[in-house]
Amino acid sequence: MGRMTFVFRRLALLVPTAVGVTIITFFMVHLIPGDPAVTVLGQHATPATVALLHHQWGLDKPLAEQYWLFMDRLVHGNLGESLYYQVPVWGLITGRLPATLWLLCYAAVIAIVISVPLAVLAASRKDAIRDHVVRVVPLLGLGMPAFWFGLILQTWLGTKLRLFPVTGYGQGFVGHVHTMFLPSLTVAVALCPVLIRSLRASMLNVLGADFITTARAKGVPAPRLLVRHVLRNAVIPAVTVLGINIGYLIGGTLIVEQVFAVPGIGSLMIGAILQRDFPVVQGVALVFGVLVVLVNLLTDVAYAALDPRVRFGR
Amino acid sequence: MSTDLVSVVPVEGRTRLRRARWYRHPTLVVGLVLLVAIVFMCVAAPLLTSFDPDKQNLEQALSGAGQYGHLLGTDQEGRDTWARLLYGGRIDLRVAFLAVLFPFVLGTILGSLAGYFGSWIDAIILRVIDVVVAFPFFVLVIALVFVLGAGEKSIYIAITAVGWVSYARIIRGEILVAKRQEYVLAAQSGGLSSLRIMGRHLLPNVITQAIVYAMSDIVQNMVAIVTLSYLGLGIQPPTPDWGTMIADGQNFLTTQWQLTTIPGLTVVLTGLALSLVGDGLADLLRPGAS
Repeated sequence: MGRMTFVFRRLALLVPTAVGVTIITFFMVHLIPGDPAVTVLGQHATPATVALLHHQWGLDKPLAEQYWLFMDRLVHGNLGESLYYQVPVWGLITGRLPATLWLLCYAAVIAIVISVPLAVLAASRKDAIRDHVVRVVPLLGLGMPAFWFGLILQTWLGTKLRLFPVTGYGQGFVGHVHTMFLPSLTVAVALCPVLIRSLRASMLNVLGADFITTARAKGVPAPRLLVRHVLRNAVIPAVTVLGINIGYLIGGTLIVEQVFAVPGIGSLMIGAILQRDFPVVQGVALVFGVLVVLVNLLTDVAYAALDPRVRFGR
Repeated sequence: MSTDLVSVVPVEGRTRLRRARWYRHPTLVVGLVLLVAIVFMCVAAPLLTSFDPDKQNLEQALSGAGQYGHLLGTDQEGRDTWARLLYGGRIDLRVAFLAVLFPFVLGTILGSLAGYFGSWIDAIILRVIDVVVAFPFFVLVIALVFVLGAGEKSIYIAITAVGWVSYARIIRGEILVAKRQEYVLAAQSGGLSSLRIMGRHLLPNVITQAIVYAMSDIVQNMVAIVTLSYLGLGIQPPTPDWGTMIADGQNFLTTQWQLTTIPGLTVVLTGLALSLVGDGLADLLRPGAS
């Protein structure tokens, strides 16, 4: 299969997934036990207000028609209106998306900066003490609730040592880099265990290859061998792991944004949950779903483009 | 625990060999010791503290460690932190373990069906997996618990609805390979029913991968439960729980740091224990795989 055919096939596979994502977000509101209108209105629920909300949301129409309307609005960039802010959800999300994307990219960079040296250290001598240490210590990160670690960083590096601002997004590039460091570090620490593990495994894999033996026989010094020959080849699988784990990464940003008051779509979603703002929750979930699908697609395509050895087809 | 898991390894001789050697995996031993200690302390909570975790005593609110006989001090309502830690662990650990069981069973069944029968069953299940995987775990779990209403039951439903896909993927992949092996062909030519082949012949051979994954899944679930409780969507007060304890303590971080730090460290330590057990099991059950 040719390269373009692969990309097109991959794009075609996207369609059922994207439709599925919309179906799940659509039915989310229908999963609510009882009547969502009553839940939202709370004490203000009278038959008249409930009927009005039903009509506004189109809940008085058949389910298939409702889904059709939902999709129709969606392709026109209309995600409905926020019950709390009384403005279109789409505008809320686009206004807050940059902060979330900043956090995601920054966290990915920090995770790579932490993980690569540690993985090199571990793989350079398998089963040595340093290998065991690098394998075990990041396990601490797996069971660490991101919000808790964020609170600890806030208290020590923010409030006590005053090295970093405690909350917010910052002004300009330098401001973003400074202000977003703690939240990004929090997200990155959760990602490091997975990344270190896969990098180490793929480096060990590469170390067993014939061309490494050849390079060794030629007398290539160890540091150069690790960086130029091993790391280069091991990075591609690690990038894929990063792509696959984008969902995990995004899940981390959700709560971290809340703790550090980063004005992104994660904190928007948490806020909407606390205010019982259904359309916003639905909209953000949809945007997150689409984001993950797109990143996975990009990872696949980038992988295929970067590594000429990748064979296309299943 | 370990002997049960080891006994599913097919080759009899190897089983005996490995059973004799499980204690030679330091990660497994350290993990098990830690885990057993934590579980024991939670189970034996009434023996380890005489305080009632829910009893308020405003006169002793926010007392430091050791004051009035409170080992780790008290929270803003004068409740004993040590007692809440132990009793909270009972809830969090129970929910985390149970929340792994349901997706494990559901995912294993669906994954076996997809892998064994292939064709349209496989196609449908794969598409559904693609869609569920598209949502970040936390986003979907939090959104589901939100629409279902806070509480323990919603946590089980939400985690099952999202978590089964990992098991289905693992089992499907394993069965795709295993079903081509001679012992399955022999069973098929022997005229055994598909159900019997899957249940008696295939599953015992492919389940180990899923069990290893389940260990890391418990960690993920525990973090999810604690996070949900922190947001007020999980275990409902006044029932003690590590997430609520962290949330309650965050207002006193600069003065009473232990209120937030200790429950958090407990979660990290429990997660470490489970991860070590998972790693050790992986080494034990799949030698050479690491």
